[in-house]
Amino acid sequence: MIDFDYQAPAQLDEALALLQQHGDDARVIAGGTALVIMMKQRLVQPQLLVSLRRIPELEQVRADNGTLHLGATATHRAVETSPIVRDRWPLLAETYRHVATVRIRNMATVGGGVVHGDPNQDPPPALIALDAKARLRSASGEREVPLQSFFLDYYETDVQPGEVLTEIVVPEQPRDAGWSWVKFLPRTADDYATVSVACLLSLENGSNRCREARIALGSAATTPVRADAAENALRGQELTPERLREAAQLVAGQVDPISDFRGSSDYKRDMAVVWTRRALEQALQRAKGSA
Amino acid sequence: MEQTIHLRVNGEDREVTVRPRRLLVDLLRYDLGLTGTKEGCSVGVCGACTVLLNGKNVASCIMPAVFADGAEITTIEGLAEDGKLHPLQQAFIDYGGFQCGICTPGQIMAAKALLDTNPHPSEDEIKEWMMGNLCRCTGYYKILDSIKAAAGSQP
Repeated sequence: MIDFDYQAPAQLDEALALLQQHGDDARVIAGGTALVIMMKQRLVQPQLLVSLRRIPELEQVRADNGTLHLGATATHRAVETSPIVRDRWPLLAETYRHVATVRIRNMATVGGGVVHGDPNQDPPPALIALDAKARLRSASGEREVPLQSFFLDYYETDVQPGEVLTEIVVPEQPRDAGWSWVKFLPRTADDYATVSVACLLSLENGSNRCREARIALGSAATTPVRADAAENALRGQELTPERLREAAQLVAGQVDPISDFRGSSDYKRDMAVVWTRRALEQALQRAKGSA
Repeated sequence: MEQTIHLRVNGEDREVTVRPRRLLVDLLRYDLGLTGTKEGCSVGVCGACTVLLNGKNVASCIMPAVFADGAEITTIEGLAEDGKLHPLQQAFIDYGGFQCGICTPGQIMAAKALLDTNPHPSEDEIKEWMMGNLCRCTGYYKILDSIKAAAGSQP
């Protein structure tokens, strides 16, 4: 790595002032699991790292009136092991539990994983399925961006110069909704997905008719993909095995996977269909179980 | 540019002046002479560089040393007490938990983090926890046996 300066202020306002002052020469660091590797490879060469590691309020995982607040510097492991997340946001607990290895989950943070903008990250599709928002602060104010519109392109997000992601705000995971999160891992268990799918399905009272469906995919394009065509094909419909299969097929038209050593674009598109169907089947089982 | 950081390494208070680009693995090996911690892949994947930061297993090869300012670090050198090996170290010897040995400090530190939080893990829990520590001699069953033995269950 080339030399750089490092500052770890104790107040968020100090961090925001440093970012405003240093502009493009500065980068925010939290867990460092992504940024340090990019710096070692000289893909990124900041002159100053502004660390969020000494700002305690950014580290919190808390629920408030049914809304979950995941602080930017809460680690993946903290989310995975949080009793309240396990109890009330099981989709998130399951997703964060399958990111890389324990060692990395002890370091990698919620905010870092999101602003990294890598379409292979596991949590964004689950957060999008839950309608989560990113809260961003800068020296001049605060705004919220739905995660669905947060990811612009490959490693590109809506975070503007001088802004810091302070927390992810997640609405309640509907108690009566069946959920699933599946990750196709043909190589090793700690790998990025070849394709991953997060899914929530709720049924009309006592029936097999779909009231609400949310489906999002990872590793399926240059950004996470919300599969709204498939969702629309399920809402209000009887959820027969054929219906699930037809809805999953619609995902093929919504994904645009990148060819890499985890599979060609065509292969990943086929797998996106297969794993969406499996995710829907699992979610339906759970929805029936909770009814 | 250089910063002076204070950390507690294996129970001993240390003050070290480092450039921010210094990685924790290099601080341990070159500034403190604790060469038990090994560097393998340099990208956080293989687990050879595993140390404990405030009791949690982390990858020291992708952690800037300045992150350890004010923290407690435990390395493989910190496990034996009064010349007596830690039960995990002894178990790795008794059950042949290593061949070439380069992954062993990381294996043992990861296993320590596991047993500190979950003293009697199931076989599946050990496998899931240890999947991030690679052994290229592929002696995984012996490693599993060693950890089970240290946890007091029948290997």
